[in-house]
Amino acid sequence: MPTLNDYLILSAILFAIGTAGVLIRRNIITILLSVEIMLNAVNLSFVAFGRSFGTADGQIIVFFVMTVAAAEAAVGLAIVIALFRHRESLNPATFTSLKW
Amino acid sequence: MTLFYLFGAVAVIASLLVISQRNPIYSVLLLIASFGALSGLYVMLEAPFVAVTQIIVYAGAIMVLFLFVVMLLNAPHEETEQDERLHAFRRQGPFRFGAALAIALAVELTWALTRVSGSETGGGFPAEAVSSVQAIGKVLFTDYAFPFEVTSVLILVAMVGAVVLAKRDA
Repeated sequence: MPTLNDYLILSAILFAIGTAGVLIRRNIITILLSVEIMLNAVNLSFVAFGRSFGTADGQIIVFFVMTVAAAEAAVGLAIVIALFRHRESLNPATFTSLKW
Repeated sequence: MTLFYLFGAVAVIASLLVISQRNPIYSVLLLIASFGALSGLYVMLEAPFVAVTQIIVYAGAIMVLFLFVVMLLNAPHEETEQDERLHAFRRQGPFRFGAALAIALAVELTWALTRVSGSETGGGFPAEAVSSVQAIGKVLFTDYAFPFEVTSVLILVAMVGAVVLAKRDA
């Protein structure tokens, strides 16, 4: 049977992959997807800890994280659409001015 | 243990492919595969409610939203390639630095977790698990009733914000 440590190591690996995506990719949609990978890595560790402590709190916090992820995706993608409409680009390096 | 390695390998490989794809549509579809594997891990952790929510909310709602936007914008593929030709000389430094930081993070986290002595967290899980939706609902609507209500305000704000941001004459 896999132990808590196995789940935490898998969660750490997934979180590092998400971090790598945020740092090295230059497409704003892929960066948002990498943020989703990071959120899911943290969700996995929440559920594993909740299972280990024998409480429902971990699963409830995952529920809240999913809600926040949905809100973040909606607002983030609306911002992406607004940026693309103004700049015709998805590269974050082109979004350098605060106002246009 | 075999299932754990199977689901874990699928999740890790799909996530690695997500961040290495040129075309965002493939990234989104591979991320759905990664979420499916994570859902299997939740089933192994005896959290069927989270597993089902993962499929319905993440794969069903959030990823479809992403896919919708990727197909709506319809020009991201060429854009990245053009950018790489333009900034090839500037790209290498930050790219390497970011990759080095991410690998350092992975090594550090794994090292820290393997250092923890087995008796504290390494032992198996307790026999009984809170897995029924009834138990989760009871805690959610008693102890976590206030955060739950605040969540509805958050979703309302996100909805209004998304409409305002994406409006054409905003």
